[in-house]
Amino acid sequence: MSFPKRAFPWQKWVMTAVMVLGLIWSAFITDAHIGKFFENFGEFTKIFIDMCHPDWAYTPYVFGPMVETIKMAVIGTLIGSLLAFPYALLVARNIVTNKVVVGLFRFILNIVRTVPDLMLAALFVAVVGIGPVAGVITLAIFTFGMVGKLFYEAVETIDPGPLEAVRAAGAGKLEIIRFAVFPQIANYFVSYVLYAFEINVRASTVLGYLGAGGIGVYLQQALSMFRYDRVGLMVLVIFIVVLAIDYVSGKTREALL
Amino acid sequence: MAEPKPVIEFEHVNKIYSNGVVGLKDIELTIMPGEFVVVVGLSGAGKSTLMRAVNRLHDISTGDIRIDGESITKARGKQLLHIRRKIGMIFQNFNLVKRATVLKNVLTGRVGYYPTWKMLFGLFSAEDKQRAYEALQTVELEDKVYTRADQLSGGQQQRVSIARALTQSPRIILADEPIASLDPQTTKRVMDDLRRINQELGITVLINLHNVELALEYGTRIVGIRAGEKVFDGPVADADAATMAQIYTGQEEG
Repeated sequence: MSFPKRAFPWQKWVMTAVMVLGLIWSAFITDAHIGKFFENFGEFTKIFIDMCHPDWAYTPYVFGPMVETIKMAVIGTLIGSLLAFPYALLVARNIVTNKVVVGLFRFILNIVRTVPDLMLAALFVAVVGIGPVAGVITLAIFTFGMVGKLFYEAVETIDPGPLEAVRAAGAGKLEIIRFAVFPQIANYFVSYVLYAFEINVRASTVLGYLGAGGIGVYLQQALSMFRYDRVGLMVLVIFIVVLAIDYVSGKTREALL
Repeated sequence: MAEPKPVIEFEHVNKIYSNGVVGLKDIELTIMPGEFVVVVGLSGAGKSTLMRAVNRLHDISTGDIRIDGESITKARGKQLLHIRRKIGMIFQNFNLVKRATVLKNVLTGRVGYYPTWKMLFGLFSAEDKQRAYEALQTVELEDKVYTRADQLSGGQQQRVSIARALTQSPRIILADEPIASLDPQTTKRVMDDLRRINQELGITVLINLHNVELALEYGTRIVGIRAGEKVFDGPVADADAATMAQIYTGQEEG
């Protein structure tokens, strides 16, 4: 008996070819040539060398804005997460069985998630003015969208058994959430909040660039004045702080799950 | 002395699922206080549906179910919750919150007795903590109070869930295949606990079992279910081999 021959996977190869051609074509029409990168490489090395000689005398002026950045991230994460908690329960299919309610509120959550954080920052800088308040609002909304989604997905994976048991004992909806849902997801929630905080510290440094407070404001000033020695210092400080926060939060999350 | 009143009454109970499958067919059942009733039948015969109809975890289509003379079928809101708290339930998969301690799990049996706001803060009274501890003593697990539920063996978890049901101070305990995922030794332990609760505390037990030998050993009364219909109902003494075979196969033997 001969070994059966597999039909030639035309579809797979055609799709691959289309994608590769599409990639090349998009590179051409957007004028993104690798050559351009090397053309200006000299400029890049010059800036890089400048950045490697940080202006240490500027250090005391960096701490204030760095702390402000972290504060923005903390408050933004906190507000966003606190709002996301009840909202996630509202859009979890195993908690709210009404399909219309779940569908509608999920749609709203998805819309919130599609707005880029930079656009939110630009918007709130225009609305509440330059400063950390705009940053906090931006981060709160950004966190709400991100944590809300992570969180309702966690809620939907819980064991339904305890819910049934607590219901059988005569508990109402809120009591079921308190005694059967919450204990199963509390650790995930804390973990996701820390994860959001990690992202927010990084994001908030950039948000300042748009005037939303924190170290980004100073970064933008230094860049526009071509003070690459100061930029170098700030990049270094941001690097160390982000690394430290990621490490601590990462270890905590490992211990939680 | 007044005649004892039935604790569970099924009156022409029908359950038809939304996909047209018949779950229960014209069930008539009256259970008196202190009985140990074993429901037997094949998988999918409707045993679990019958159990969940009693505390209305599943709604029935037509008919009426009364607990202590009060209709649970017509009960609304708080009234329904108050009937439910009279009925403890234990499950095949124990249904404990695995990340929580034994004590927290057992205390949840008490939630039906508190206003919601108190429960949101988890404010159980010292009296109820004592009650939970005593329930754990009944199943001889008092040394595990602060152990996390997932640290216990299957048999121990099932006994914790019995303690949770006891903490409810129930009139009735429903047990839905409580020993299906346990080994023979722990099975005996759990069944003995249920018998003791039935005999010493006078709590009515309604249990469904796969195992015919266990049904005959522990039950005082057997109810046979086939394809959603009650095909046998009588004391254990009347449930001979031929009757059991008929419940399971639907054919007279010999």
